[in-house]
Amino acid sequence: MIAYIIRRLIYAIPIIAGVNIIIFFLFFYVNSPDDMARKILGEKNITQEAIENWKKEHNYHFPLFINNQEKGISIISQTIFFKKSIGLFWFDFGKSDRNNIDIAYQIKRRIKPSLLIAIPTFILGIMVEIIFAMFLAYFRRTYLDYSGVILCVTMMSISALFYIIGGQYIFGKVLKLFPISGYDTGIQALKFVSLPVIIGIIAAIGGNVRFDRTIFLEEINKDYIRTARSKGLPEEIVLFKHCLKNALIPILTTVVMTIPFLFMGSLLMESFFAIPGLGSFTIDAIQAQDFAIVRSMVYLGSVLYIAGLILTDISYTIVDPRIRFE
Amino acid sequence: MLTNKLYPLLITISFFTGCQTPLNNPYVASENGKNIYYNTFYAQPKTLDPARAYSSDEYRIICQIYEPPLQYHYLKRPYKLIPLTTTKIPQPLYLDKDDISLHSNPPSEKVHRAIYEIQIKEGILYQNHPCFVKDNLDNFLYHNLTDEDLSEIYEIRDFKQVGTRELKADDYIYQIYRIADPRNNCPILPTMSKYIFGLDALSQSLVTAIERDRKNRKLKAGFIYNQQTDEKDNPIRLNYKDFPLPGVVKIDDYTFQIILKKKYPQILYWLTMPFFSPMPWEADRFYSQGPLIKKNITLQCFPVGTGPFRIDVFDPNMGIILKKNKNFHKETYPDRGEKGDREAGHLNDAGKSLPFFEKVIYKLERESIPRWNKFLQGYYDSSGISSDSFDQAIAFSTDGLIQLTDQFKEKELKLSISTATTTVYFSFNMLDAIVGGYTPDKQKLRQAISIALDVEERIEIFANGRGIPAQGPIPPGIFGFEEGKSSINPFVYNWNEKSARPVRKPVKAAQQLLAEAGYLGGIDPNTGKPLVIGFDNAWTGPEAKALLKWIQKQFQKIGIVLEIRTTDYNRFQEKVLNGNFQFLSWGWNADYPDPENFLFLLYGHNSKKLHGGENAANYDNPEFNHLFKEMESMENTPERLQIIRKMLNIARRDAPWVWGFHPQDFGLYHKWVSNAKPNTMANNTLKYLRIDPAARKERRIAWNQPDYFPLFIFTGILFITSIPALILVMRRKKATGA
Repeated sequence: MIAYIIRRLIYAIPIIAGVNIIIFFLFFYVNSPDDMARKILGEKNITQEAIENWKKEHNYHFPLFINNQEKGISIISQTIFFKKSIGLFWFDFGKSDRNNIDIAYQIKRRIKPSLLIAIPTFILGIMVEIIFAMFLAYFRRTYLDYSGVILCVTMMSISALFYIIGGQYIFGKVLKLFPISGYDTGIQALKFVSLPVIIGIIAAIGGNVRFDRTIFLEEINKDYIRTARSKGLPEEIVLFKHCLKNALIPILTTVVMTIPFLFMGSLLMESFFAIPGLGSFTIDAIQAQDFAIVRSMVYLGSVLYIAGLILTDISYTIVDPRIRFE
Repeated sequence: MLTNKLYPLLITISFFTGCQTPLNNPYVASENGKNIYYNTFYAQPKTLDPARAYSSDEYRIICQIYEPPLQYHYLKRPYKLIPLTTTKIPQPLYLDKDDISLHSNPPSEKVHRAIYEIQIKEGILYQNHPCFVKDNLDNFLYHNLTDEDLSEIYEIRDFKQVGTRELKADDYIYQIYRIADPRNNCPILPTMSKYIFGLDALSQSLVTAIERDRKNRKLKAGFIYNQQTDEKDNPIRLNYKDFPLPGVVKIDDYTFQIILKKKYPQILYWLTMPFFSPMPWEADRFYSQGPLIKKNITLQCFPVGTGPFRIDVFDPNMGIILKKNKNFHKETYPDRGEKGDREAGHLNDAGKSLPFFEKVIYKLERESIPRWNKFLQGYYDSSGISSDSFDQAIAFSTDGLIQLTDQFKEKELKLSISTATTTVYFSFNMLDAIVGGYTPDKQKLRQAISIALDVEERIEIFANGRGIPAQGPIPPGIFGFEEGKSSINPFVYNWNEKSARPVRKPVKAAQQLLAEAGYLGGIDPNTGKPLVIGFDNAWTGPEAKALLKWIQKQFQKIGIVLEIRTTDYNRFQEKVLNGNFQFLSWGWNADYPDPENFLFLLYGHNSKKLHGGENAANYDNPEFNHLFKEMESMENTPERLQIIRKMLNIARRDAPWVWGFHPQDFGLYHKWVSNAKPNTMANNTLKYLRIDPAARKERRIAWNQPDYFPLFIFTGILFITSIPALILVMRRKKATGA
């Protein structure tokens, strides 16, 4: 297995490099360093001289990929790509273009609020979804199952934004049980993350319960379940002991895939709840055309994606001994 | 039964917890009843460095911390300059080319030098800050920090020792050097270089020195040299004293002179801006240490000023906290204002020491809905009114008067209305072959469009009536703005004697002008088809779509086809810079209350395409230009007003802009906030506001009692719906015999 992981990690290098190059190309295709300078310096009294100055201060005065004015290795090293993208391989994210803040330091600070929302939403969400899905599977082909499926379809058809605004309105404004938005550190954070977590769980129930229910129903018709039933086991034992254990395999592997993305934060949730996490960090950077942050976050996202894929593969062998790495 | 038993319990919990601090209180309970002002910010400040900051989000913070020499009177209108750290308003001394002093208001062409002597008050102290701390040997304690020294330091307030020192003239001079430093990218450097003697040369020599240093570093480091990384760890330090600046002269510790190359009375307005705030060299030296930069402890996050407040927490991701500066010099609430201020209660605190707040908390709120709801719950002390919330807050009385809705009157909210010193306009490209040019037919084409584009309707539909149709570029509150019959734009409006108001000319008049311009019925004689004009914009979102459709309809009224050319903002800016457009929408906020700051938008030598200036229309009328040069540096005299009137008439006839409107700002304050009077020019107004914390606490508790009843209903429904499931389980068990 270790050899497999190492091989996968090696395969990941060109993929990450590719992502890096594509992001760099796409960004500069629509956005020249002059555009960035203009956006960041503001709209008033901006001269070309000021733009050139800004570019110089932020290493954007070099050519993109090849510097013909230099000699030797400097042809490559004295370029925007080299200056801005090479450091990413050892996670040196550099400084923000907009306000010169250290990006790595910001990521470290912002990851905590993101995780404070993402982890409880993730864990509690899985629990609620599995319980609900099993409930529907238990009452399969009854009016409870049908109404549950209709509810799920309805819930998954509603936009996440609706849940957020509706949740803020009902729980924060009408019932006055939670602060409408905001964040604080320490134990105070609990007060602020509760509502986003509840909304996060509710918003995801529809789709995930339907998926889990399908898995349960697939398992429920298999031979070993029939055998269990024929042995006279009560339906609850059949469902909660035998069926659940096996149905968890596909559920778990899907879930593992999403774990790395918990670190990236939720764009909408963080923006509406004023949570200073990585999601709002990315949104702000996109709006401000802060290439340094956008590039860092996309890079981080691609690394986490690959980590997710590897984790998924590993989780297969753990939950299903029949699968072996070749 | 269960819910019935729980209900009294929850009510009791709510009574004991909720009464002290409501469950939805976003602040810590210990802040209840404290003299703290709560407000929000939407966009994170890019920088709090006074040499760079220029946006309202940044000014909202730094203007409470830094103190430039002058300020605007809080209450008086028209806006009046008063000293802030100076003993008096500096008066210019004009010299001719032989250095002989001229009389008080000489013509611009005779002035070779204008000297402003600025005398600052003695005894003003900086806020407490670690940059000033010295050890027993008189060495600065925190000027040579290492990474180890900062192991326990994350913010500026983590430093154990702090010190202060007196404000000196040197600090103002130091900041002027910082304006010239290319690394600071000061946005007013190009403007100031035109006026301050030797500033451009200083900037050039600083560029040369920095480049020299960088070259040496690159040679040493070889191909791995990365300027940004290198200077993050080891910033280039320049001793400004090695670089001459003849335009700024120190007279003594409390006096310095700014010497201008020409007459420029507007310099006094610039002296109210943070660009001219004092900067202690110790602060610059302190913040230029690599270990601090790595921890994001920099001057752009943690200012060092003499103002009424100091930064306590700078976390733009969450909130910014200001605390009262204990070293703040004596300043009192004004005892005079304009007519009506006494009746409005704006003079109730006359003579009291400023500031009133112990602490100010700005919370980051990106979305308008949560921000608005929290304001209504009493968690923010003031708020603007977004379009979505307008009908909830504002009602029009039967006689058209603006007032609060009954719901808001019940909450005893206070409404303030002010007209922004802003002009939102549509601009033609005067270099364009179709819509540009100065011949009568071209003028008529633009005048026709100006009539057809019904600005009043736009204000009504898209701004909820919050705006005043513009008769020219100068907004209300600025010298040169006039009301009445003689001040209307006669090419677009008629004067209605009965209502004593300008009324837009009918569409027929526009059609007539269009026919005279050679486009009968909007048909282009060259093509035989309707005239097509391109409208370049970078508008996005649902409201933009509606607005674009509305503009198209305005053109349709006179038979012209408006082609919408929406691009991203970068491309749009590129088009404007290259003069590659026909028609666009733009706006301008006043930097200072002087007509020059608006009329320069039409000055030919400020053409965006030809000179990179702010004249987006590329308007260039020699007569207008001549009058502008004459008016530019005049005092606000009747002669100046005469010239402005002439200029406005020329511009109205040429119609390079569809004059648009001046937006009105509606602000809401809770009953417990006092002294709130809109002042669109001053940014250091936080020190004048006062709150009644006890009243706020009482209201917050009353307004935010939790409502558990719907939860019980929900639980009941859940219980009822689970009964059939239970029955089903029972039946199954019975059937299987389990």
